[in-house]
Amino acid sequence: MSATVAWADVEVGTELPSLTVGLQRVNLIMYAGASGDFNPIHWNQRFAQAVGLPDVIAHGMLTMATAGRVVTDWVGDPGALVEYGVRFTRPVVVPDDDAGATVEISGKVAEKRDDGTVRVDLTATFQGSTILGKAQAVVRLA
Amino acid sequence: MALNKDYLGRVYPAGPAYAVGREKLREFATAIGDANPAYHDVAVARSLGHRDVIAPPTFAFLLSFRASAVAVLDPDLGLDYSKVVHGEQRFVYDRPITAGDELVCVTTIENIREAAGNDILTTRGDISTVDGEHVVTTWTTTVARGTAGETA
Repeated sequence: MSATVAWADVEVGTELPSLTVGLQRVNLIMYAGASGDFNPIHWNQRFAQAVGLPDVIAHGMLTMATAGRVVTDWVGDPGALVEYGVRFTRPVVVPDDDAGATVEISGKVAEKRDDGTVRVDLTATFQGSTILGKAQAVVRLA
Repeated sequence: MALNKDYLGRVYPAGPAYAVGREKLREFATAIGDANPAYHDVAVARSLGHRDVIAPPTFAFLLSFRASAVAVLDPDLGLDYSKVVHGEQRFVYDRPITAGDELVCVTTIENIREAAGNDILTTRGDISTVDGEHVVTTWTTTVARGTAGETA
């Protein structure tokens, strides 16, 4: 592993570069195909509304993958990730239009550990509300 | 209906090995919109110390999800899959999944509980190479909305 960020250079409170990502229907279809998760709530508006959702929603795992990019982009080598976990607290509704849904992710170093790792706390929001709870990643820095 | 607590601690042995392909990892990385060269470019991945291109961190879910199907779809467990949402997901890595790996996943039912009328199931997936090298452990919490306390 070869993180490009040095543990010594990071402090609790260090902010990671934030990320804004647009998710459109095509992204959900690509994720369904690549992951093998063809649950129709992620691509069939008729089905999603029949089970009480406002519209098609993004796969939680696509949201988690997107949020994790704030950490892996920052650290350089994604292989430096030691731990990553989230709670899915609110779905990302993706309308059938050209704009889709916009998700904003930010991250901040919350803890420095003596073993050369840091814990990053992530915040992901959609339409002004958080969509992930307890979103935390542990990475081994250089 | 409520989940069958007899299933707590049950272990499901690994099925056939999953062969991790370079193009599959590139396809998955593209699908999540991630252009990080460690997922796409073999030379860059090697310069970072990896044997080949590596998988994005959440790729491990594909293996654990597939392996856990035999458990979560077991009718005697009693999970109503039509009401299930993904509640929580966690990964702990020894190293990244790498193209060329042959991986197996052992599934354990780690927790069964009820909260606010929901049935909540946590499964653990221990992913290792066919040679026994541990790679990553996954925890998946699924929530069946409003099914706790229902009778079959």
